[in-house]
Amino acid sequence: MIPALSLILACQLAGEILSRAMQLPLPGPVLGMIFLLLLMSVSGKVQQIVRPTGQFVLQHLSLLFVPAGVGIVAHLGALREHGMGLAVALVVSTMLAIVVGAAVFVAVAKLTRSDVDD
Amino acid sequence: MTDPFKLWSYLSSEPLLWLWATLIAYWIGDAIFKSVNRSPFANPVMIAVVILGAVLLMTGTPYQRYFDGAQFVHFMLGPATVCLAVPLHANLPKVKRALLPIAAGLIAGSVTAIVSVLAIAKSMGAGPELLASLAPKSVTAPVAIGISQSLGGEPSLTAALVILTGMIGAITVTPMLNLLGFRDWRARGFAVGVAAHGIGTARAFQVHETAGAFASIGMGLNAVLTAFLAPVVLSYFG
Repeated sequence: MIPALSLILACQLAGEILSRAMQLPLPGPVLGMIFLLLLMSVSGKVQQIVRPTGQFVLQHLSLLFVPAGVGIVAHLGALREHGMGLAVALVVSTMLAIVVGAAVFVAVAKLTRSDVDD
Repeated sequence: MTDPFKLWSYLSSEPLLWLWATLIAYWIGDAIFKSVNRSPFANPVMIAVVILGAVLLMTGTPYQRYFDGAQFVHFMLGPATVCLAVPLHANLPKVKRALLPIAAGLIAGSVTAIVSVLAIAKSMGAGPELLASLAPKSVTAPVAIGISQSLGGEPSLTAALVILTGMIGAITVTPMLNLLGFRDWRARGFAVGVAAHGIGTARAFQVHETAGAFASIGMGLNAVLTAFLAPVVLSYFG
């Protein structure tokens, strides 16, 4: 647990430093994910250390969005002001983006014969 | 006995109470989610947000004071994002075989998300500040806030819009793609990661590990693409 957390935080820290130093459009944690992926690809030892903790943390990924989600309450006024238009825009756009993204993925997978094999 | 008002004012200003409330609210949300056979309509994030929002409004607690306690949970978002490397690594062979579908699905999903939200909102009378706040709505919050700021949007409103988008995606993805007959877990996960960032990704992990891994990739790639696309697309809606 402690070695795993140290490794995970080290990756995040490296990501934060790179993101800020180079003024990249990617946030530190996303760069940290790439770093951890690289470490796992070159070292079986890192895989062993990180895997159980990583799976534990991701099991309740949803919980971690709750504090930011409650922030909607602070914006109820602004959201209500735009009411219906905003609701329609968010719902239709999100559903449309999911369907179009999935449809294009499947179509190109068929074209390039990279279909599912399991 | 101590004055109950003094006790309340002490408790409500300390991190302990609101950290505990966050865990309990999520626990209730997760229990309801499980009791209805993990129906996507009982999204645990949405239930917890509604419960906590109601408690804050009823007790007159400002969001900032709530966040002082809840920030310990919020902090874990960063390390959890790094941990997405674990399922990603397990699915690396599948990812390598699907590079072209990933690239095509990314561009299609990302462009659709930005263009459609701006077109609908503008046709319903949204002003330039709201449009700028909406443009990056499908992207993970820290990136979306940065994009919104550079476009002249309102960063904290963007954060609320991003969370709403995530919940809408997490709730609609399963019934909608079932109805349309999509069976490829890679496509299903990837599309929801692109359109509904981390909350969509959390939903994908609830359904299937491969879907979760592809959702993580979709979320990461769309953060980069939207940073480049949003200013270009928004300029057509000026």
